[in-house]
Amino acid sequence: MTMPARPVPNSSAAGESPPLLRVQDLRTYFHVGGAVARAVDGVSFDIRQGETVGMVGESGCGKSVTALSLLRLIDPPGRIESGSRIEFEGRDLLTLNEEGIRQLRGNRIAMVFQEPMTALNPVFTIGDQVAEVARVHAGASRRAAWDRAVEMLNLVGIPDPRERAKSYPHQLSGGMRQRVLIAMALVMNPSLLIADEPTTALDVTIQAQILELLADLQQRLGLAVLLITHDLGVVAEVTSRVLVMYGGQIVERAPVRELFAHPRHPYTRGLLEAMPRLGRPRDRLTVIPGTVPPPTRWPSGCRFRDRCAWAWQRCADEHPPEYVVTADHTARCHLVDEPSRDVTPAAAGVAR
Amino acid sequence: MPGALADPLLSVRKLTKHFPVRTGLFGRASGQVRAVDGISLDVGHGETLGIVGESGCGKTTLGRTILRLVEPTSGEIRFDGVDVRALKGKDLRAMRRNMQIIFQDPFSSLNPRMTIGATVREGLTVHRIAEGAAADQRVRQLLEEVGLRGEYASQYPHEFSGGQRQRVGIARALAVEPRFIVCDEPVSALDVSVQAQVINLLRDLQRDRGLAYLFIAHDLSVVEHMANRVAVMYLGRIVEFATAPDLYREPLMPYTQALLSAVPVPDPVTKRQRIVLAGDVPSPANPPSGCVFHPRCHHPARDAACAAIVPPLEEKSPGHWVACIKQPPTTVAWDEQRKAGATKQPERHLPVLGTAV
Repeated sequence: MTMPARPVPNSSAAGESPPLLRVQDLRTYFHVGGAVARAVDGVSFDIRQGETVGMVGESGCGKSVTALSLLRLIDPPGRIESGSRIEFEGRDLLTLNEEGIRQLRGNRIAMVFQEPMTALNPVFTIGDQVAEVARVHAGASRRAAWDRAVEMLNLVGIPDPRERAKSYPHQLSGGMRQRVLIAMALVMNPSLLIADEPTTALDVTIQAQILELLADLQQRLGLAVLLITHDLGVVAEVTSRVLVMYGGQIVERAPVRELFAHPRHPYTRGLLEAMPRLGRPRDRLTVIPGTVPPPTRWPSGCRFRDRCAWAWQRCADEHPPEYVVTADHTARCHLVDEPSRDVTPAAAGVAR
Repeated sequence: MPGALADPLLSVRKLTKHFPVRTGLFGRASGQVRAVDGISLDVGHGETLGIVGESGCGKTTLGRTILRLVEPTSGEIRFDGVDVRALKGKDLRAMRRNMQIIFQDPFSSLNPRMTIGATVREGLTVHRIAEGAAADQRVRQLLEEVGLRGEYASQYPHEFSGGQRQRVGIARALAVEPRFIVCDEPVSALDVSVQAQVINLLRDLQRDRGLAYLFIAHDLSVVEHMANRVAVMYLGRIVEFATAPDLYREPLMPYTQALLSAVPVPDPVTKRQRIVLAGDVPSPANPPSGCVFHPRCHHPARDAACAAIVPPLEEKSPGHWVACIKQPPTTVAWDEQRKAGATKQPERHLPVLGTAV
């Protein structure tokens, strides 16, 4: 593996307090048969207290495995490889014992998943399920736990929470169920919320409500949020910094405005151009040809090169490090090192 | 009715599909879900009519009812002048050559035990279009036309990615040389980069073969990109109908306005005025009275009349049809509105959706 030619900038400037979460060279591999799927392959990033970081990429880029790794929810044949480091609130998550990590999950780090239909138990009321978190994690009494559940349902905007707490999941819409899951995640006042595609299964008007709720909670509770999504629109709406993933690695990172105004990695540019945009119909969409390669066979050199219109010999020979573009903007692309090559390629993205 | 054409390829009139709601131990029908509730529309030769709406609005049922994959409860469907509902057996099968469908989920819409060649070939055999070596040849051609390699014919669906499977689904639909295809959320299960490939493919095929599409999707930007004209559905009804440029430039139905304003814009500098609707889509088994959208409506002139009067789908400006008695002009006279409890005169409401900060 090629090491970064220049140091990757830490997102926290000198003099600031240490970040809430610091991930360094995270590698999560799946050992299946004789093959090794390098699902997450050398990912480093920080999250500061109270900020919302977006992690964006397509299926198979490693974003969900990254999220599960942060909670150590990786089961064999998956494995977090040695040399990976995850520091959270000053503690090394990868050396904690099972009891220690269980203390963190749900208490300090909480997670909301995509599927609000399957994440709730159909035979218990939503009040019971939210209250259970308080009883298990805080040892609250039945009475106190129920009151806490009602308070949390109120916090996430469920109307008439005292009555609704007695409902069963099937009596709620998808949007309401997602609110319940967010309530469950926040019962213990975590400092970090990992939200993996929290609005993907929802209709657009309901998605708007949930995004609004997340932004509101993030402000009111000083919560840090890692928002994982494939939707650049969602990223633009709610995050302040963005990590773009491809091939198990972060290929570009930047503050959100910078990323959308000056994307430097051809993959990021491709994603932005491939989206149809409201109010800007075009005759043809620019496409990224081909598909994401399987994690057992990342191409040598740059992992994006066989889909990239700019690629040249160096891209096959040399795995690009995270080049520094500006202080808080990096891109894993040799174009940053050789800007003279960064001209619109004649055949860029015209292939079907 | 909105958007009637002089020479439509497909014409649908007052189409309804009601599903019984069964409850209790013996499953007695205790009510009805009006999934499709009196829809009329025309699709022209070689055009794309977009259908947008949220889950449960009836858009998928509409597509399937038109193809008679689901039997309609009432209404009329004519394809090239032929009454589709009157067809049976052999004649219906022959008609299906003209009308095909592409499904949303490329993972469950292909038979895992059939090679993709056999899947594409099935239509050729059923309709006796080609046999033997000629059919093999045709299958290869079709696969190449949708951007796959001919030699993939002998492989099975699990060997392909979502985007490639969707191409197989398109090749299967094209095999019988249809003139009309219902595209039911054809790209919503795909990744962004692959989605663009399939959208471009659908447009190329339309241009080369003169295909007409009924393009059903929940993604408003995809529909704007694909469609010539667009119908917005809410609880089984069309609530707005216009050409795509008109609808997206000047959405008049408060529901369409909210829908458009809710789409996240991939531009962190532009902050849009967002209309966040209260509550969820009501159950289609128990729709609100009057205007089905009134409990969530943000129109400043909304009043008691909206809960009492079913708004007709009326032409507000040439070619632009809207079901709202509070957006002028309206054929529902003020007297009539007042009798129904109206307190507020209709007034033009057109919130500005995009503003830079």
